[in-house]
Amino acid sequence: MRAPDLIRFARDAATGNPLRTFLLVLAMAIGVAAVVVLTALGDGARRYVLNQFSSIGSNLVIVLPGRSQTGGFNPGNAITSTPRDLTIDDAQALRRASAVHRVAPLAVGTSEISVGGKLREVMVAGTTPEFIEVRRLTLAQGRFLPQGDWRRGVSEAIIGAKIRDEMFAREEALGQMVRIGDRRFRVVGVLASTGQGLGMNTDELVIVPVSLAQAMFNSNTLFRILVEASSRDSIDLAKAQLAEIIQLRHEGEQDVTIITQDAVLATFDRLLGTMTIAVAGIAAISLAVAGILVMNVMLVSVTQRTTEIGLLKALGATGATIRNAFLTEAAMLSVTGALLGCVLGLAMAAIIRQLYPEFPAFPPDWAVLAGLGTALATGILFGVLPARRAARLDPVQSLSKR
Amino acid sequence: MSAALIELSGIERVFHLGDSEVHALRHLDVRISAGEYVAVMGPSGSGKSTLLNLLGLLDRPNAGTYRLAGCDVTTLSAKEQARVRSERIGFVFQSFHLVPRLTAAENIALPMTLAGIAPLRRAERVARALQDYGLENRASHRPDQLSGGQRQRVAIARATIMQPALILADEPTGNLDRSTGEEVIRLLEGLNDQGVTLIVVTHDGRLGARARRQLLMADGVLEQDRWRSPQELTDACVLPT
Ligand SMILES: Nc1ncnc2c1ncn2[C@@H]1O[C@H](COP(=O)(O)OP(=O)(O)O)[C@@H](O)[C@H]1O
Ligand SMILES: [Mg+2]
Repeated sequence: MRAPDLIRFARDAATGNPLRTFLLVLAMAIGVAAVVVLTALGDGARRYVLNQFSSIGSNLVIVLPGRSQTGGFNPGNAITSTPRDLTIDDAQALRRASAVHRVAPLAVGTSEISVGGKLREVMVAGTTPEFIEVRRLTLAQGRFLPQGDWRRGVSEAIIGAKIRDEMFAREEALGQMVRIGDRRFRVVGVLASTGQGLGMNTDELVIVPVSLAQAMFNSNTLFRILVEASSRDSIDLAKAQLAEIIQLRHEGEQDVTIITQDAVLATFDRLLGTMTIAVAGIAAISLAVAGILVMNVMLVSVTQRTTEIGLLKALGATGATIRNAFLTEAAMLSVTGALLGCVLGLAMAAIIRQLYPEFPAFPPDWAVLAGLGTALATGILFGVLPARRAARLDPVQSLSKR
Repeated sequence: MSAALIELSGIERVFHLGDSEVHALRHLDVRISAGEYVAVMGPSGSGKSTLLNLLGLLDRPNAGTYRLAGCDVTTLSAKEQARVRSERIGFVFQSFHLVPRLTAAENIALPMTLAGIAPLRRAERVARALQDYGLENRASHRPDQLSGGQRQRVAIARATIMQPALILADEPTGNLDRSTGEEVIRLLEGLNDQGVTLIVVTHDGRLGARARRQLLMADGVLEQDRWRSPQELTDACVLPT
């Protein structure tokens, strides 16, 4: 039998029983759509987290006081039990490193902000003008901290969007005096609202010069130092240079932890990537179920079409021709179902993206291909048994059956 | 007598039904020449269909040899037998056995489609067959839109489309009324006139009497192999039908 005739024959056989065909195609389509949508969600989550991290700032290297517990045994740590604090001098020293573009020290604490009788607790971040660049923040109004000596800050504050709304409501915030702790600050800028994200929520933050923050908290230590490497390729170099500078300044002790955003990202990437694959695997089970359904329906179809098979044999069809006809039919149903499921899944992913624009629910290419491939493979694989059964039917008994 | 098209010798066909054995055919020896018109007659269960299935290579004997056009076909592989069926044998069944989802034209073309003949040649031959069997206006009708007589005409057109040397018909008129049945038999006889060997199973004595040779079966045995004399032949033509 010629290929086009075979395909036409299989198509006519499939459309000859629309309900059966519809159900099979639907089962296959649901399986593939599940793979596409679930991997879109999984991969969307991965991309979402990655986006959130990169919005914190790119080429970011963070210096934390204290040696990381996972850093292994260090004889230096064994001697001095309490690590040295990070200071503004440390931060300033880091600016000398060649692979470093910007440095922003960060001192953090909680305090109270009050204006015109309104009072609330806030997170206060003491830092320097570089912070806005390093953290990729944007201002809704006004300006950021002015350049100047890190040790002698002016009494100016930048407030988060939510603080502005709560403390000033409809009034103009810029230029107003607020009391933070026991000091008075002039509001010079308002941060653009970022909404809920990973990391620090800047909407409820108040930013002041680092020296004033330290005075407010009555300490001269830093929470951490944010460093922006001069390029993506120089992150490792920057890390080494930072370690060396701190070690020199801390009398030869490696008592800080330096983490790069890349390392954190890679961990999340791996974690969420694994999750996506797991989800795809679970969805693929529905494809296997669809495959078994194809097999059963094709077996029933062979029984229903026994007389026809006997007739075809009487008319000169070989077993191979009959096997091919049934296999073609199973393959056609699978292909149709898989393609339909693919379209369905992509459409659903698009709808999810419409509903949640910040969530990049794009199915990864490998998942779409794997979904299509698995559908075809299971459809054809599970079509083999019925096709072989059809090919082996005894023509005399098939024909005598009414 | 011309060369034997069919030579059966020592054919046995035994069916096992549980513990009991049914001898559907017992030690059968028959020779049929090319171009003959043979009626196989006998009571129900006498082995007529079993014989026809063996002749059509749909079934294999338990013992004996079947030579078709001088070649032993009992030893052929299933694939080779399919090819012999495709090229040399045409079947006509009592219940027509048309594929319900295919049109009359597609049903007629089916043996050619299965044999892998190019669509153009198929269309050509189907058009001729539709004309020959008076089905031009029914080409795109499905079997359920056709009368019994039309269905059997489609089936005969299908059986002859590969121009086989042998036509096997198992009670071709069994599902038809008298006049339609006779019309169908006349079509088959017309094919025989053109040289096709025709073997018809029937238990209708009147139809069987029209054949030049009758094989009378009883309980799996060939009871009588009767040749009609030319005298009888002319008488049969005089008989009112
Ligand atoms: N597949 C089969 N299995 C068992 N017995 C069968 C089978 N086919 C035919 N027979 C038996 O063989 C005998 C001859 O059957 P058959 O050739 O169909 O008779 P006919 O066509 O003359 O009526 C019957 O007794 C029938 O029951
Ligand atoms: Mg019978």
